[in-house]
Amino acid sequence: MKTFENLLPKLVIAPGFVLGFAFIYGFMIWNGVLSVTGSRMLPNYDEFVGLEQYVRLWDMDRWYVALKNLGIFSTLYVGGSLVLGMVLAIFLDQKVRAEGFLRTVYLYPMALSFIVTGTAWKWILNPSLGLEKLMHDMGWASFSFDWLVQSETAIYCVVIAGIWQSAGFAMALFLAGLRGIDDSIIKAAQIDGASLPRIYWRIILPILRPVMFSTILVLSHLSIKSFDLVMALTNGGPGYATDVPATFMFVMSFNRGQIGLGAASATMMLATVAALVVPYLYSELRAKPHDR
Amino acid sequence: MTAKTLSRIAVYAILLVAAFFFLAPLYVMLATSFKDADQIRAGNLLSLPTSLNFESWQLAWSTACTGVDCRGLKPYFWNSVTMAVPAVLISTAWGAINGYVLSMWKFKGSEVLFGFMLFGVFMPFQVVLLPMSQVLGFLGLSSSVGGLILVHCLAGLAGTTLFFRNYYTAIPRELVNAARMDGAGFWRIFWRIVIPMSTPILMVTLIWQFTNIWNDFLFGVAFSGADSKPITVGLNNMANTSSSVKSYNVDMAAAVIAGLPTMLVYVLAGQYFVKGLTAGAVKG
Repeated sequence: MKTFENLLPKLVIAPGFVLGFAFIYGFMIWNGVLSVTGSRMLPNYDEFVGLEQYVRLWDMDRWYVALKNLGIFSTLYVGGSLVLGMVLAIFLDQKVRAEGFLRTVYLYPMALSFIVTGTAWKWILNPSLGLEKLMHDMGWASFSFDWLVQSETAIYCVVIAGIWQSAGFAMALFLAGLRGIDDSIIKAAQIDGASLPRIYWRIILPILRPVMFSTILVLSHLSIKSFDLVMALTNGGPGYATDVPATFMFVMSFNRGQIGLGAASATMMLATVAALVVPYLYSELRAKPHDR
Repeated sequence: MTAKTLSRIAVYAILLVAAFFFLAPLYVMLATSFKDADQIRAGNLLSLPTSLNFESWQLAWSTACTGVDCRGLKPYFWNSVTMAVPAVLISTAWGAINGYVLSMWKFKGSEVLFGFMLFGVFMPFQVVLLPMSQVLGFLGLSSSVGGLILVHCLAGLAGTTLFFRNYYTAIPRELVNAARMDGAGFWRIFWRIVIPMSTPILMVTLIWQFTNIWNDFLFGVAFSGADSKPITVGLNNMANTSSSVKSYNVDMAAAVIAGLPTMLVYVLAGQYFVKGLTAGAVKG
C-alpha cells in the first residue's frame, strides 16, 4: 500500500508526459528523419538521401526570400512592439484618467485571431479603396499607398499589422514591471534634481531589463512561428514575395508535394527557436531551483 | 500655461493617438459591415454607414460562399465550438493534474522532466505538422474534428502544465503536509484542498486555452477536411476567394463573427486574460 502511494503521482502523470514527449521530441525526431529522405507527395522512408534536402533548401531562391523577410519582419516587429509598448506603458504610468479603458483598448487586438485582424488590415491597406481613398477624400489627391501589392513593400504591411497586434502585450508586461518599482526610488532621484526623462532613462529602464528580455524572447519566437498573419494578409504574395519560413514550410509540405524539403525547413525553424530559447530555459531552471 | 500642464497635454495626446490607432481597425470592421455596396463605393474607411444594414451579417452567417460551398460561416462556427470546448476542458484538466504532481509530489527527476516539457511552449509547430498528419491517418482521425481536438490537447499540454505548476508551487507546503498527517491521500488532497484554491489559475488557463484554440489557424488548415474546418479557416477562405466582385461588407461581418467569442471573453474576463498573457511570458 505504501509503495502504491509513492508510485501514484508518477503513474498519474506518466500518460501525459509520455504523450507530451512523443508530441514534442518524438515528432522532432520523426521530422528530422523525414528531412533526410527523398519524400515528395508521400513520406518515403526507404529512400535515404542524406543532407540532400538541406542542400536543395539552401540553394533555393525562395528560401532566401523567406529568410530575408523573416529578418525584416522579426527586427521591425519585435523592435516596434517593444518601443511602442514601452512608450505606452510609461505614459500610462503617469497617473492618467481612464487608465483602465486605455489599457483595454491597447490590449484587445491580442484577443483576436491573426486571421480576423489580417482580414481587416487587408481592407484598410487595400490600394485605391482603403487608406488611399480616405486620404483622397480628405483632399490629398496625390496620396498613393500600394505597399500591399508591391513585392518590395508588402512585408512592411505585415509588420504594421503585427505591431498593432502585439504592442499591447509588450505594454502589459512593461506596465506590470513599472508597477513593481518602488516609488521611493523615483522620489529620491527627483530630490537629487534629476528630470523625469532622465530618471526613466538612467534608473527605470535598467531595472526593467529582465522584463525587456522576456518580452524580446516571447516576441521573437512568435515572429519565427508567425504564419497566420502572412496567410491572411498577403497569402505569401505577390508571387512569393512575402513568404516566411513558416509559410514556406507549409506550401512545400502540403501544396507542392515536397515533404522532405518541408521537413528540412521545419528543422531549420526548430534550430533557430532552440538557439534562442534553450539557453534561456536552462538558466531559468538553473538559477531558481524550486526545491524546498 | 505651465510646463506641467503642457506635459500633461502631451501625455494625453500621445495616449489618445495610440488609442485611435488600436481602435481604427475595429471601427472599420464594424462600420464596413453595416454598409451596402453603394455606400462602400461612395464613402471611405472612416465614414459612418448611412443606415444600419444587417444584410451582410446575414450573408456572412448563412449564405456567403467559400469556394463552391455557400452555407456561410455557420457550419465553421459550430465546428470551432465542438472543437474548442472539449479541447479546452481536457487540456486544462490534464495540466492541473500535471501541475499538482510537479509541485506537491515532486520526485527525483521531476524538475528535469518539467524542464523538458517547457520547450513545448516555444516549439514551432511546423515541426509536428508532417508526423502529426501521419499519426492522425493511422488513428483514422484525419480531417475530423476529433483529430483537431487531439492535436490541441497535445499542443496545449506544455502550457497548461506550466501555468498550474507555477501557481501550485506558491501554495504553502504546510497545508498539504497537514492534510497528509490527517491521512488524506493523493486524490483527496487534490479535490478537497488544491482544486478549491485553484479558481484564479483555472480561469487564466481556460481563457488562455480558449483564445489559443479558437484563434488557431495552422492546425485547422493542415488537418481539417471539408466538414471539419474551424472558423478561422472558413473566414480565410471566404476573404481570400478571388471572385470578380469582392463584398468587403460581408468579409468584415464575417471577421467580426469569427472574433466575437474571444472578444466577449476579453470583455467579460479581461483581468484574467491579462494575467494569462503575462504568465505566458514564462517565469521559470
